Amino acid sequence: MADAATAPSTGTAPHGSTGPAETRRDFLKLTTAAMAAVGVGAVVWPFIQSMNPSASVLALASTEVDLAPITEGQSITVMWRGKPVFVRHRTADDIKAANDVALNTLPDPQADGARVQKAEWLVMIGVCTHLGCVPLGQRPTDAKGDFGGWFCPCHGSHYDTSGRIRRGPAPRNLDVPEYTFVNDTNIRIG
Amino acid sequence: MMRILRTTALAAALALGLPIAAHAAGEVPKPPAQNWSFGGLFGTFDRASAQRGFQVYKEVCAACHAMKQISYRNLADIGLSDAEIRAIAADVQVKDGPNDDGDMFERPGRPSDRFRSPFANEKAARAVNNGAYPVDLSLIIKARGGGADYLYALLTGYRDEPPEGVPAMDGMHWNDYFPGHWIAMGRPLNDDQVTFADGTPATTSQMARDLTTFMAWAAEPELEERRAMGVRVILFLIILAGMTYGVKRKIWADLKH
Amino acid sequence: MVGLHKSEMKNPVVRWIDERLPIPSMLNQEYAKFPTPKNFNYFWNFGALAMVNLVIMIVTGIFLAMHYTPHTSYAFDSVERIMRDVNFGWLIRYIHMNGASMFFIVVFIHIFRGLYYGSYKAPRELLWILGVVILLLMMATAFMGYVLPWGQMSFWGATVITNLFSAFPIVGESIVVWLWGGFSVDNPTLNRFFSLHYLLPFLIVGVVFLHVVALHITGSNNPLGIEPKGPQDTIPFHPYYTIKDTFGLCIYLIVFAFLVFFMPNYLGHADNYIPANPLVTPAHIVPEWYFLPFYAILRAVPDKLGGVLLMFGSILVLFVLPWLDTSPVRSMKFRPLARPFFWMFAIICVVLGYAGAMPAEGIWVTVSQVGTAYYFMYFLVILPVLGKIEKPRPLPESISAPVLRGGGPIMAGAAAKPMEKA
Repeated sequence: MADAATAPSTGTAPHGSTGPAETRRDFLKLTTAAMAAVGVGAVVWPFIQSMNPSASVLALASTEVDLAPITEGQSITVMWRGKPVFVRHRTADDIKAANDVALNTLPDPQADGARVQKAEWLVMIGVCTHLGCVPLGQRPTDAKGDFGGWFCPCHGSHYDTSGRIRRGPAPRNLDVPEYTFVNDTNIRIG
Repeated sequence: MMRILRTTALAAALALGLPIAAHAAGEVPKPPAQNWSFGGLFGTFDRASAQRGFQVYKEVCAACHAMKQISYRNLADIGLSDAEIRAIAADVQVKDGPNDDGDMFERPGRPSDRFRSPFANEKAARAVNNGAYPVDLSLIIKARGGGADYLYALLTGYRDEPPEGVPAMDGMHWNDYFPGHWIAMGRPLNDDQVTFADGTPATTSQMARDLTTFMAWAAEPELEERRAMGVRVILFLIILAGMTYGVKRKIWADLKH
Repeated sequence: MVGLHKSEMKNPVVRWIDERLPIPSMLNQEYAKFPTPKNFNYFWNFGALAMVNLVIMIVTGIFLAMHYTPHTSYAFDSVERIMRDVNFGWLIRYIHMNGASMFFIVVFIHIFRGLYYGSYKAPRELLWILGVVILLLMMATAFMGYVLPWGQMSFWGATVITNLFSAFPIVGESIVVWLWGGFSVDNPTLNRFFSLHYLLPFLIVGVVFLHVVALHITGSNNPLGIEPKGPQDTIPFHPYYTIKDTFGLCIYLIVFAFLVFFMPNYLGHADNYIPANPLVTPAHIVPEWYFLPFYAILRAVPDKLGGVLLMFGSILVLFVLPWLDTSPVRSMKFRPLARPFFWMFAIICVVLGYAGAMPAEGIWVTVSQVGTAYYFMYFLVILPVLGKIEKPRPLPESISAPVLRGGGPIMAGAAAKPMEKA
């Protein structure tokens, strides 16, 4: 057990080892310390990773929406990843208004065509890019802002019929989620 | 040294000896040990067997037994492709809702859905099964003392008649390995009850073996990852222990007075 | 006196802090320079291991609590979700689950080391008492933690253990209803157990701190059980014992890892993977292995109140142990008569544990009764009497010169080969 005891007890000085032995010990010490540090680092990883979305959360990361019942001019809100997604069936006027804007006048220039897959269907994440409130404009009675799209009541950001920021503190246009048309009347978001 | 050895043995006995106790009710024989693909310290699940086992579950057991901890997406673990999983899920109708009218509705399953339970709740299950409750099978291997060996023994341990001298019991079935022998579940597996796509003959023992493999995976889906990680962690620790011991020897070598 | 602390730290930043808040100086004094007997054997590793184990339990527990739902309808499923869906959730849960067992293994060895080497004797009585407080807190924490997964053993363990309090006359029933927050173990019980299970470990941290403070006042005991006579008998804690503890830690982690990765459910009970069912009691209810000896004591007496009192008494007797043991000699190494009784005691504890796991019938009742009798005899009769009649072997002059006087008999005890005087 006690190693001090098993070590040969010749009459050397208490702190005798010098020269090459000293270097070897330092090298061993350093490698051991490095190994231990690697070990501690490896232990931290699973704990950090455990706070990332779990497999069940990731599995729910896509949702399907049936577009058929949405009439022209109507909007619906669906939940996706715990956030509202705005789906608007745009009228010809909406589309025209969205296309008639000079891009260089926009705070976040983006053509309407780049924000939709089919012009009459606008799909966006309904979360204001300023500080995360949900803008108004989904229901017919809502305030739609000065540009006929959406209006965020928290800090007064105005979005147009393409969901682009036109006035107010929001830095970016409303985000467009990844989605695909499964068929003509169904989309899968995510 | 002896004293330390003795004490270590004592600690080991404390640590390992005790919990072996107290499973086993009465006179049921111990299930014979089987050779499992996932057995031992380094075993892994036989994928083909687990897939066949899933087929047996789906076509036989699922009529009564739920597996509500398992989702269709989990089947990727035993080697099913995304398309196969989608097809399997779409085959069942899942209750969802409420919809915009406030009604619950049925829709085809998705990979993210849990395995569909055959009964809405325990009472419904008992009502149809003569008051017996077909247990959830998600954790069956971990939830029975004998584990995989027990499940296999149970599935293959039915007798048409109780042993001589034992009066028959109405609505109950004799099983060599079930605690108390009389089990409400009738013989679940019979030869050629299912047809395996890979041509494996569907004997009772083959189906029982495959089903057990599937259940073992369902109970411990992390098993392979766990063992692989364990090997690495323990090797690392052994090396680190050796190096630390070296450093310790060097440091203590100073103490010679 | 008002003014900055006189710091010896070289690093300017550390020095600046140290002058104002001398924690670096304190750590240096208590964990680096701290003079420690030079003759520890590896049993002196277990205090440090217990501390590491406590940290492991708290860290894994905090992360588990992020995913766990303390509700009777969701608890079982949320634990399964941790096992299946949360990234590395199975790892964190298995560490926590087996960590409880490791904690008790380590602490039991730590306690038996104290019993063998007389670490509870003056002047370390309070140190010992704080240790027993930690043990009690650990038991409460472990018990409530075992309820959280809401399996069959969780539920029935909680039912049986809380029902113990109904043994007390008059107030018993009211106490049990108060513990439950209802008329059976149910959601309110689960909720409060979760709350307390999260709280108690931090109380343990507090008492561990006091335990360590008390240790650093009296200094450590050692295998010879004699106080260091001077600097020649001690070595600084760092690097000698820091490195020795680190090596011990590696060995401990290997055992721990083997449990977690290769037999994570070995120490548990299969029935706890069945969701709690208040209508069906499992055929054999057994507590976790670390409670088995106490469970055997509980069942040894046919009388309900008697059993409960004995079980609590088996821990409470440890509080007064420093005054029960009348021998002035600490280490059993020099107590030839006490030693066999000690080993008998250790064996009896294991036997009691085994009897606790067996059904309470037939021979096992007798075994539990004999074991219980010896358990209490050891503390209440054997140790007090032995101190009076035993003739201890001569104690060595000092730690560094154990062979100078009365050397012969000590050579027989080979645990610490005496160091030759150069």
